[in-house]
Amino acid sequence: MKKKTMPTLRDFVEGIGKASTIIRCDCRDMIAFTGDLTLTLLFICRHPGKIRWRETLYYMDLCGSQALPIVLMICYLMGLILGFQAAVQMQKFGTEIFVADLVGFSILKELGPLMVAMIATGRAGSAFAAEIGTMKVNEEIDALSTMGLSPMRFLVVPKMLAMLVTMPVLTVFGDVAGLLGGMTVGVTMLDLPMVVYYNRTIEVLSPTVFNLGLVKSVVFAFLIAAIGCMRGFQSENDAQGVGRATTSAVVTSIFWVVVADAILTMLFSVLGF
Amino acid sequence: MSVQQTDKKIVEVTNLTVGYGKNVVLRDINFSVNTGEIFVILGGSGCGKSTLLKHLIGLYQPFVGDVLIFGENIVTAGETQKSLLMRRFGVTYQSGALFGSLTLAENVALPLEEYTRKSPAEIDTIVREKLRLVDLSGFEDYLPAEISGGMKKRAGLARAMALDPTLLFFDEPSAGLDPITSAELDRLILRLRRELDTTIVIVTHELDSVFTVSDRVIMLDDDTKGIIAEGTPEALRKHSANPWVREFLNRSNMKRKQA
Ligand SMILES: Nc1ncnc2c1ncn2[C@@H]1O[C@H](COP(=O)(O)OP(=O)(O)OP(=O)(O)O)[C@@H](O)[C@H]1O
Ligand SMILES: [Mg+2]
Repeated sequence: MKKKTMPTLRDFVEGIGKASTIIRCDCRDMIAFTGDLTLTLLFICRHPGKIRWRETLYYMDLCGSQALPIVLMICYLMGLILGFQAAVQMQKFGTEIFVADLVGFSILKELGPLMVAMIATGRAGSAFAAEIGTMKVNEEIDALSTMGLSPMRFLVVPKMLAMLVTMPVLTVFGDVAGLLGGMTVGVTMLDLPMVVYYNRTIEVLSPTVFNLGLVKSVVFAFLIAAIGCMRGFQSENDAQGVGRATTSAVVTSIFWVVVADAILTMLFSVLGF
Repeated sequence: MSVQQTDKKIVEVTNLTVGYGKNVVLRDINFSVNTGEIFVILGGSGCGKSTLLKHLIGLYQPFVGDVLIFGENIVTAGETQKSLLMRRFGVTYQSGALFGSLTLAENVALPLEEYTRKSPAEIDTIVREKLRLVDLSGFEDYLPAEISGGMKKRAGLARAMALDPTLLFFDEPSAGLDPITSAELDRLILRLRRELDTTIVIVTHELDSVFTVSDRVIMLDDDTKGIIAEGTPEALRKHSANPWVREFLNRSNMKRKQA
């Protein structure tokens, strides 16, 4: 029988060792999966006829059109909150008009893509993991392989394509909603005329700012779809396994989306955008 | 052993040891299946029948050993070669393994769409014919979630047969079927062999169908993690040296007498 004792230094070192092994395996799996996925995507580029269009459209509907209301609402509220917080501070200095700058830059460069990514993680990433995990339990993945059909091409590519197309579009909608949220604060709380707020926004924001946000959203889309699918394939063969895979897909996606956001933000600023 | 006999072997397993992680499920398995034979893998629940089957068809990598299918080694085959090899045989799974997002007709049509140049009308004819074979006419447009477990099994059979493969693997095809459908399935299996000379490897528990269809059986054992008996079911039932084998195979007789 194991006695419960105070954790010793040895346990601590052991724990770190175990954790790093897990992280190493995880990274290795991720690299292997990405390699595999890249090969399949290259194959698809050379043989566009092999794309499963019907599935792709289905996932575009699932991840795109159906997510639009929630994206609009969350982004509008984000703009509103951001505008309010900025307004409180700016009013102290009598520089209310800068609320437009702050909201505009934050939404387009950061919060638009990020909020859409968070929503997509919760809706699409988890759904992908659960779907593929369940297919694994049902031996459907085995059946695909023995029919000589690549699970990558059948299951991952449609989801990936759908996400790569819909996420930037959703981000555009999210950006607009966020700017409107900021404008709502400007017009109601700060008594700025709508046209003044509008002109200021147009004046400070450049197409580059907008495009940087879209680049981010494409990267996030790739991460969310890849991690969701990968966790599905790694799921253990039972109902709890699928549940754990789903949770893990969401947590891992959020982590990597934030890491990618940090890296991209730094990269953009180094490149002088 | 003459050259002719080796040529006739469609599946050949040598020194196969399989398992998961560090856990060995079956050790040092040797057997072969001849062309045109109906070969049955028997054994108690959890002794590794499905595991063996999945290694035969190349889904998992064995610890050691080789599996030759159509004379090609599926264990050492590269990705492309393996997938080409896999297309040449049909498999049904214990759980049916139909694609949940496709209707029954679409499930059966999938391999046809991917691997043949047939027109949609031709494919439709084949699909209807295959579904009729397994007694599922009229269910073409049902989704897998809308039919019973036994029906899923039969639809899986139809899909496995879509490309008319010369080698079929069935994992417990008759479990969960009523006696009449089960007997019909046996007749279907015999007919496939008679008309198309299909070789069929079946994992099953149904002793009735073992005696009706099988030419040869192997029996797996949990304790020794190996094959404990091999031969025709009648011979094993009467003359096996192992009392457990005789008892296992005699169960069906007891059932029949009571009925
Ligand atoms: N994916 C897996 N990972 C780890 N162990 C497994 C896995 N699948 C099966 N096993 C183990 O392998 C052993 C054999 O399982 P298998 O499914 O091959 O049995 P079976 O003979 O087909 O049983 P049944 O007649 O109930 O279908 C079992 O002890 C099981 O616990
Ligand atoms: Mg089994």
